[in-house]
Amino acid sequence: MEEIKILVENLNLYYKDFQALKNINLKVPANRITALIGPSGCGKSTFLRTLNRMNDLFEGVRVEGKVLLDGENIYAPDVDVVDLRKRVGMVFQRPNPFPMSVYDNVAYGPRIHGVRNKRQLDEIVEMSLRGAALWDEVQDRLFKSALGLSGGQQQRLCIARLMAVEPEVVLMDEPSSALDPISTLKIEELIQVLKQDYTIIIVTHNMQQAARVSDITAYFLNGELVEWGITDDIFTRPQNRRTEDYITGRFG
Amino acid sequence: MSPRSSFDKALAELQQDILRMASLVEQAIYDSVQSLVKLDVAGAAQVIMGDEMIDELYLEIEDKCVKLIATQQPIARDLRVAITGIKILLSLERMADHAVDIARATMCLSGQPLTVKPLEYIPQMARLAQQMVKDGLDAYVHGDVEKAREMCALDDEVDFLFAKTFRELINIMMENSKVVMQSTYLLYVSRYLERIADHATNIGEAVIYLVTGERRELN
Repeated sequence: MEEIKILVENLNLYYKDFQALKNINLKVPANRITALIGPSGCGKSTFLRTLNRMNDLFEGVRVEGKVLLDGENIYAPDVDVVDLRKRVGMVFQRPNPFPMSVYDNVAYGPRIHGVRNKRQLDEIVEMSLRGAALWDEVQDRLFKSALGLSGGQQQRLCIARLMAVEPEVVLMDEPSSALDPISTLKIEELIQVLKQDYTIIIVTHNMQQAARVSDITAYFLNGELVEWGITDDIFTRPQNRRTEDYITGRFG
Repeated sequence: MSPRSSFDKALAELQQDILRMASLVEQAIYDSVQSLVKLDVAGAAQVIMGDEMIDELYLEIEDKCVKLIATQQPIARDLRVAITGIKILLSLERMADHAVDIARATMCLSGQPLTVKPLEYIPQMARLAQQMVKDGLDAYVHGDVEKAREMCALDDEVDFLFAKTFRELINIMMENSKVVMQSTYLLYVSRYLERIADHATNIGEAVIYLVTGERRELN
């Protein structure tokens, strides 16, 4: 039996009166890549944000149901949301490095969590940059502004920044949609390597990307989870007609 | 307009191309057996020459399939349409090659009257094999899984006739050494027809995969 990292049970989400997620049930296996696909407005990004309670930041959002991380409900009243977001990190659509040096970007999280020792920070920065396949490209410019990096490098820096706080789960919201094809492939290669250490959930509009990188694919439509399963099956013989129409480009 | 209408058009064209090639192959099988029965060397020569056109068509359509895959990155059923297209093309091409084999046998047999009896089984096998090809293509066009299965069941009859032909020809050869050469060619011919039926079965399997996504060995 595969280890389940996140178990979603009867999850509903409302923006005031509008129901954005309808009774979602999903198992996210540990050390696997789960891709969330679906047309714009289907709820996939909203769903992604429920996994580290980023939706709490929006006004008028109400969540029902359970999201169990290692068996514990992250919506329980006593949950420390800051600690949750350390365990479940996020990479966004557009790279968002802080306006500071490459080094300080990566060291930012560990410093906030109390690491002060210079040598320890150096180690974390190098390991994280190596882990994000960026070290070779930035090792001689660690103390220059991160804003001078290319888009693809910036996105890998954001991944390194995330790794520096050692999360368990990495949420990625269209992490390569703003990148050129080569940078996209580098991110995809990186994701493959990262899954050895992390559980990854990725929202993507790129069908081929979902097919290439993920182990599990979940198809969302109008706030419902229409179908989910092994990626190879979803992309060769989906069971639901609506899934087939979407992935083959005949939707709408 | 569907966001994939030009792709859908290309897929429909692919099907038409395959049917065009299939009709040439069906004709080649028919002509090869007819020329054998009549020992018509000119007819056999035509089958052999006609194969060049089938080969060209095969490459042309296969190229289209490859381009579709490269440029459209089909998935799910679309991918199965493209893959099935390639499989069916390959089966048809092999059948045409066997029609040529039969025509070559006719060339070798010419100039002497056919004396051996199995000639009655060979046209029977040929009719069954042609029926299978026709039904296989019908099943392909209509996505008819049931028809594909029924067609594949005919392969047993072809196998049965092949076994019968084989036994009889061996007996004939043992009784009369003068007809060994002739009998051997006829044995080849029946073997080619049996292979044509096997390729038709492959088409049936491809149709079932196209429609259901499941792989079945029906041979």
